Amino acid sequence: MPETVFYALEVMLNGLMAGIMYALVALGFVLIFKASGIFNYAQGVLALFAALTLVGIMEGQVPFAHLINAIFGTSFHTFGFKVPALVAILITAAIMTLLAVLVERYILKHLVNQEPIILFMATIGLAYFLEGFGDVMWGSDLKSLDVGLPKGIDETIESLTSDWFGYGFFIDRLDIVAAIVAALLVAALTLFSQYSKQGRALRAVADDHQAALSVGISLRFIWVLVWSIAGIVALVAGIMWGSKSGVQFSLSLIALKALPVLMLGGFTSIPGAIVGGLIIGMGEKLFEFLIGPLVGGATENWFAYVLALVFLVFRPQGLFGERIIERV
Amino acid sequence: MLYREAGDFKTSYVADSQTFPIKFDRIRYYIVVAIAFGVVPFLINDYWANAVFVPFLIYAIAAIGLNILTGYCGQVSLGTGGFMAVGAYACYKLMTAMPDVPFVIHVALAGFITAGVGVLFGLPSLRIKGFYLAVATLAAQFFLVWLFNKVPWFYNYSASGQITAPERMMFGIAVTGAGTPAWAKYLFCLIILFALAWLARNLTRGSVGRRWMAIRDMDIAAEIIGVNPLTAKLSAFAVSSFYIGIAGALFFSVYLGAVEVGEAFGIQKSFLVLFMIIIGGLGSIFGSFAGAAFLVLLPVLLKNILVGQFGWATDLAAHIELMIVGGLIIFFLIVEPHGLNQLWRVAKEKLRLWPFPH
Repeated sequence: MPETVFYALEVMLNGLMAGIMYALVALGFVLIFKASGIFNYAQGVLALFAALTLVGIMEGQVPFAHLINAIFGTSFHTFGFKVPALVAILITAAIMTLLAVLVERYILKHLVNQEPIILFMATIGLAYFLEGFGDVMWGSDLKSLDVGLPKGIDETIESLTSDWFGYGFFIDRLDIVAAIVAALLVAALTLFSQYSKQGRALRAVADDHQAALSVGISLRFIWVLVWSIAGIVALVAGIMWGSKSGVQFSLSLIALKALPVLMLGGFTSIPGAIVGGLIIGMGEKLFEFLIGPLVGGATENWFAYVLALVFLVFRPQGLFGERIIERV
Repeated sequence: MLYREAGDFKTSYVADSQTFPIKFDRIRYYIVVAIAFGVVPFLINDYWANAVFVPFLIYAIAAIGLNILTGYCGQVSLGTGGFMAVGAYACYKLMTAMPDVPFVIHVALAGFITAGVGVLFGLPSLRIKGFYLAVATLAAQFFLVWLFNKVPWFYNYSASGQITAPERMMFGIAVTGAGTPAWAKYLFCLIILFALAWLARNLTRGSVGRRWMAIRDMDIAAEIIGVNPLTAKLSAFAVSSFYIGIAGALFFSVYLGAVEVGEAFGIQKSFLVLFMIIIGGLGSIFGSFAGAAFLVLLPVLLKNILVGQFGWATDLAAHIELMIVGGLIIFFLIVEPHGLNQLWRVAKEKLRLWPFPH
């Protein structure tokens, strides 16, 4: 086979890997949407916030150092010790849970029974707030995140494939780890929602709020639970994206990339998020490879949206979404 | 005491259905207009024009435009930045291609071109609803910004990729370009805003506006009582994009003078205008003004206090501004989903009964 075919295959494989990264973010969206009907725009900023917090704890930064220094004229930045990655991850997970409790208590509780679009706009507000808060807390400079995940080209795959096909495939180790983590995450979430008591309650709430309330399921507890799970999924996504491209503001923009994934896969389906992510990731990389050079490149900025838009016109509920029924 | 309907007898239908039925309101409105046209231009200087008044006037136009689409017709759009970019680039191409045509006509034409683009991107709204549509409008946002970045024809093959407004005169006075006096910028934007706001107010209370509101309240029910969703939705997209395109053209030519598309018309701009109408009040013209004023003044105020008074770093002030804006959005959605406009309305209701509330 000619070289370009292999190259196209390699682009496709890397697209699939990128798609898994999108799917990691999209998962958090689906969880919240299923349980509360809220389209959580803040998911990307949650990932940014989690990654910022993780780096901050690992580096032993003083929270709000910038603000404190500005008020009191002091100039300290770090505690001077480093925290091991695993401990820092646990602390960050706890902080994300705390955040879920606060979000439920101060925002969601007051917006029960509002229209979905109002809730959507509230999460945009939350995204702005968290972005500013994260920056004030940990500073907005580009940070590198290293929790000890393998990085770089996978030489075994490269040498194996060059033996078999005469063409060495270039695949980032981090992408392989991300794929494994995503698979584990989906498996864990499925097991949790199928076999645990809370998981069953969660599915009941997703099915019908009022019926769930009437059999004694606490809606507020479920919301806290769902937002903490989404926060932890955001943490995982933040770790992956942060290790790949550093922790900074642009990390929150992955939420914008996850939106077309959701539209394609359907807002209510976890497999949909994965499949949508794979299609979008592969589609945009292939489009950039085949058509991109003809039109000046950087098509990745919009291709996913246009693909999702065209798709929605024919199937408004997405690939795996529940059928939308409207009544007067 | 002054704020009463009592004694103000209406003897014709025209008088009965006027915008300001209470005499006090009418007089207040004329005073505000008189001050805006007759007093402010003589007092204004470069700082006030560039930091407060001109951006306020331009954002008010954009906010009215988005309010027509989102507040009146119920179609949430996150593509405002992209449509403003269409207005700006259309204006630029027209200004450079036809230098002899009066500048106002360029601005109006830029509005009509944007209206066409808006209708095109509004077509999916016939199938897609709610936040699905909001996400779909992001396609417009990203695609349009990319297009203006990548196709050199749009920026006349300039080396920097920026577009720069050439100098244009109206009645012998520069309105664009470096030598524009502050009052000319202000007055030019004010006249356009005044005309557009008057038009919007009358459109939204006429049959077109009632059709939009019927679609907003429940589109299927509206269809059953005979509102054509195709024309109602697309006309909302067209009118809204017309306003936003004019705002974009003014933003580029009168306010900034030179823009780089990703920076000036990015996704942040779409959110900014959306926040203006949420804070100001969805479905109200006054709310568009109030929201635009609020979000233009807030950063100026915070910058003056935090950086000017306390001497904090500008990036810290910017982050705190993000927190405050985000917090305010949530606060308004929880406490007063109808925004500043509702507070104003409640205040007026109270005033009617004051000082004898029974």
